[in-house]
Amino acid sequence: MATKFEPKILGFLCNWCSYAGADLAGVSRYQYPANLRIVRVMCSGRVEPSLILEMFIQGADGILVGGCHFGDCHYQTGNYFAEKRVKLTKKLLKRIGFEEERLRLEWISASEGERFAETIREFTKQIKEIGPSPVSGTTPNVDILKALFAAKNAVKDFRLKLLVSRELDLVMEGNVYNEKVPQEEIDTVLDAAINYELDRCSIIFEVRDEALSVDELAQRLELPPNRVLQHIVTLRDRGLVMLDRIDNDTPLYLAVEEGIK
Amino acid sequence: MAMEIKEPRIGVFVCHCGVNIGGFVDVPDVAEYAKTLPNVVHAENNLYTCADDGLTAIKNAIKEKNLTRVIVASCTPRTHAPLFMRICEEAGLNKYLFTFVNIREHCSWVHMKEQEKATAKSKDLIKMGVARAVLLEPQEEVKIDVRPSSLVIGGGIAGMTAALNLANQGFETHLIEKEPELGGFLRKLSTLYQTQESSAKAYEGLIKKVEANDKIQLYKNTTLKSLTGYIGKYDAVLNVNGEDKEIGVGTIIVATGADEYRPKGLYGLGEHDNIITLTDFEKMVKEDKVPADLKSVAFITCSGARGQDKEYCSRICCTVTVKNAMKVMEMASKGGDAEAKVEEASVDEKAVSDKEEEKAEEPEEEEGESRRRSRRDRRGRRGGRRRGAERGEERPKERGAAVDVTVFNRGITTYGIEQELLYNKSREQRVKFVRFVPENPPKVSMEDGKLTVSYYHETLKADRKMNPDLIILATPLTQRPDAQELSKMLKVPLGRDEFFLEAHVKLRPVDFATDGIFLCGTAHGPANITEAVAQAYGAASRASIPMSLGYVQAEAIVSYVDRERCSGCKSCEVVCPYGAIQFDEEGLAEVIVAACKGCGTCGSICPEKAITMTHYTDEQLTAEALAALEEVGT
Repeated sequence: MATKFEPKILGFLCNWCSYAGADLAGVSRYQYPANLRIVRVMCSGRVEPSLILEMFIQGADGILVGGCHFGDCHYQTGNYFAEKRVKLTKKLLKRIGFEEERLRLEWISASEGERFAETIREFTKQIKEIGPSPVSGTTPNVDILKALFAAKNAVKDFRLKLLVSRELDLVMEGNVYNEKVPQEEIDTVLDAAINYELDRCSIIFEVRDEALSVDELAQRLELPPNRVLQHIVTLRDRGLVMLDRIDNDTPLYLAVEEGIK
Repeated sequence: MAMEIKEPRIGVFVCHCGVNIGGFVDVPDVAEYAKTLPNVVHAENNLYTCADDGLTAIKNAIKEKNLTRVIVASCTPRTHAPLFMRICEEAGLNKYLFTFVNIREHCSWVHMKEQEKATAKSKDLIKMGVARAVLLEPQEEVKIDVRPSSLVIGGGIAGMTAALNLANQGFETHLIEKEPELGGFLRKLSTLYQTQESSAKAYEGLIKKVEANDKIQLYKNTTLKSLTGYIGKYDAVLNVNGEDKEIGVGTIIVATGADEYRPKGLYGLGEHDNIITLTDFEKMVKEDKVPADLKSVAFITCSGARGQDKEYCSRICCTVTVKNAMKVMEMASKGGDAEAKVEEASVDEKAVSDKEEEKAEEPEEEEGESRRRSRRDRRGRRGGRRRGAERGEERPKERGAAVDVTVFNRGITTYGIEQELLYNKSREQRVKFVRFVPENPPKVSMEDGKLTVSYYHETLKADRKMNPDLIILATPLTQRPDAQELSKMLKVPLGRDEFFLEAHVKLRPVDFATDGIFLCGTAHGPANITEAVAQAYGAASRASIPMSLGYVQAEAIVSYVDRERCSGCKSCEVVCPYGAIQFDEEGLAEVIVAACKGCGTCGSICPEKAITMTHYTDEQLTAEALAALEEVGT
């Protein structure tokens, strides 16, 4: 690398706590590295996984989501949902082999100026140690980039969004039978859903330009063929993938135009 | 969302803020850079943009250069946004077309030693601001009418007080009570501490006032059946004696009160007639049914509270216990006055005062104790009495020790000065306080047909037993079983202890997060009458604000549902803390503008991307963040 690596770090900070904490860091003149770019949102609950993943696709080296401490949220519960969503995003990043440490969630109150500065110092140092994002610069890692795209599409999916929106309610309040669902159980369901949705989004991604057979897909995605077939059936049901042609008794599948988000 | 057809014309004002920004960031350079950004038609730097000449410069530029967006790069929007937004409005520009860029708190002040980087970052931040500004849309704040009427749920002391307060201000008030009579929990109590008045005196006076007030519509045997609407326009269906009645109100006060916790089997509760709760005892006193021949009474505080069953401390039971312990003493001594006088004659005036004895927990006397101990005990008693006499206080009547009262406790918290004095007095009257630790609470059993309390005496370090005639458990107040249903109906939350949860524990103690609904009395948590009444005044006062004004100003930054995309999955309803989302007859979501606070959580959860968070749209956030990732402009 010709010049010293200066990471690009984005901070999505809630107006009421973390953004105000950043203000206090300024008022108190706590110095921190100039790598952070802050985007103000009203609530950390506003920050959705697809926005985070889009920014990683675009080459962000680190992303900080900042909200209020539990119980302090200006909007009561927004930060609880932020926590669930960042957790989901981290699961996805881990699954696709993208350093999940590049995404960080911090609760910083309006009175924690010093902690804000310390957090930024520490986070910047950590990102510098990890190095540039694999998808930034002129030679991005195509596999990871593809996986990030797939992940971004997966988090926009109905199933994952629904699960995440209900997660808190199911754990804290219980389901319609008033049974509280253990967190581990939710995590198991979530992990399975992530795997499935990610696989499906990866399949769509692979067949967006060329028609492929189940075996070819299985090879490219390193998945068992029966799993791929299962996904293809689901995706055909959803109208996202269609049968393109049959070549030597082998069906080849192609993504439906509207299916590519 | 539809894009503005006309190309935005952006004006950028970069502030020196004296040396605060100018001392660390090359402000003229930043302003020059701003001019190179797309859609920027005007950029300048000001010494103080917030001073008169800075503000005038903004106004003039809006008019002369036909600006349709204004960006100020200076300090923090948290302090200065309202000022600049007002200036834009004065110059005829919708104030939501203003963008704030923070280059002081987030830049010059935190990168004081890296001035080049600070300048580059300032440029970046302005670039982000421009990217956002282009996509902004004008927003309107709407006023929502508020009906001058209120619904008060619960006719206990808090509910009645709140209803009277509102009615006296001239607001139409609907007071509903599910029981056939008003009065609430107070009906179960005998006398009230501090004043020693009968509770009936307290509630009967109020009931008369409530019934006589022609602004109060009183509904007994009535519950809330359903509720729709939002602040200013709530439509409620009441179940009055089994029949539906519809009413419309502007605000709601929740004063549903609490129940006493009475689990079967706790220290033998419900298994023996002589194991009762504080409220049972209050009722006994009220109905004059306290057994006349009580020789020994044991109280056990924190029964089922503070980690035993319920996590919380019920606050009021210590004082209520002390009050009732003294009541037992008082009732027993009525018959024992003569005996007391006889004993008084034998008092040895020279008895030494025993300070140690005063401080130590008083061990109760038991058969089989050594003579020495019993002497010590008597000495202590005399000392106590003498000290009382010296202070010229009314002489305690319990001298005859007609009854032995023991309070097993985990520490007595009679909070408040009056209540502390009450506690002191109870000790002077020789109520015995025996401490226990939560790991080793007293055990209640039947031994040889006698009620027995076995316990470990922390001061004596010994296992001991006693045989009380009556065991009174101080159990906590607990939420009513139907609160969950009400909480769902009103879309207001219950806290960890299942009591209703206020909007802010310190700053908004009688508000709910949902506008237009307020809270008072023990529905919020254990409280004594003084506190419940104060809360009721508070809740009534808070509810009267929008009703007096006649309107509320709705937020302009609210979410918006695209009905074409909505699938009715109700995810948004689940995550909305304000109940600001309702579903129409087609099952599609609708945002109640009056109730929405603009957090945007629904927008980011919506699986169909049907919800747009105005002023913080996906496009705006993405554009702003993307601008930061582009190569730093120099």
